[in-house]
Amino acid sequence: MAKLLFFGKLGDLAANREVDFDLPDSVSDVDALINHLATDNADLADALRHPSVRVAVNGDIVAKNSAISQNDEIAFLAPVSGG
Amino acid sequence: MIEVRDTPFSPTEALKTYELNTQTGALVSFLGTVRGREGEAQIDGLYLEHYPGVTERSIEKIVSEAKARWSIFDPLVIHRVGRLSPGDPIVLVAVSAAHRRDAFEAADFVMDYLKTEALFWKKEIRGAEETWIEPRADDYKDAARWTTEE
Repeated sequence: MAKLLFFGKLGDLAANREVDFDLPDSVSDVDALINHLATDNADLADALRHPSVRVAVNGDIVAKNSAISQNDEIAFLAPVSGG
Repeated sequence: MIEVRDTPFSPTEALKTYELNTQTGALVSFLGTVRGREGEAQIDGLYLEHYPGVTERSIEKIVSEAKARWSIFDPLVIHRVGRLSPGDPIVLVAVSAAHRRDAFEAADFVMDYLKTEALFWKKEIRGAEETWIEPRADDYKDAARWTTEE
C-alpha cells in the first residue's frame, strides 16, 4: 500500500490528511495518481495540479511526472508558510 | 542544534544554553512571535503543521548551506508547531561567529529559508474561522537576494 499525505489547505480538501492507498497498476507516476484521485474528488485533484503545490516521494521533493510505486509515501505540499 | 517542538519554549533560556566558544565575537538572534492582529482583524491564535522528519531534514540542509557560505559556528534553530496564542514565540534562530557580518547574513539567510521553503503550514484562527496562510510576495523577494548576490 502507498501512503498519501495532504498538508496545509490540501488536507481540508481530502477526506483525510493521511490515507493508505492501493495504487492501481495503471498509476505509475504522480500526475497519473492525481488524475486517478480526480474520479472521486475533482476539487482535490484540481488543487493538487496547481503549480504551487509540490510533491515529496519518500521525503524527497520531486517533479509531478516522477515515478511512484506501491509502498511509497507520497506527500502533497501546499504552499508553505513557516518562520 | 535544530528542534521542531509542539510545546512552548523560552527564548531567553534557549539563548542562555546556546554555547559560545572562545572564538565567538558575535551572536545574532532572531525571534518570531505570534501577532495578535492582522490588519483590522484580531487573531485568536495560530496552528502550525509540519512533515515530521522531512521538515527537520530540510532545515538541516539549509543550516549546512549557511555554514558553507559563511564563517559561523553551529546555529540554533527552534521552531514551534501545534497551537499557539498571540505573543507566543514561534521561531528562534541564533547564529554565532567570529565576526558580525557573517552572523547577521547567515541568520537572515536561514530566516528567509524558513519563511519560503521550510515545510511548515500555518493556519490563522479567528473564533470558529480557520484560514491557511498564503506566503507573502515580500518573503519571496527577500529569499531571492541570496541567489542574485554573491
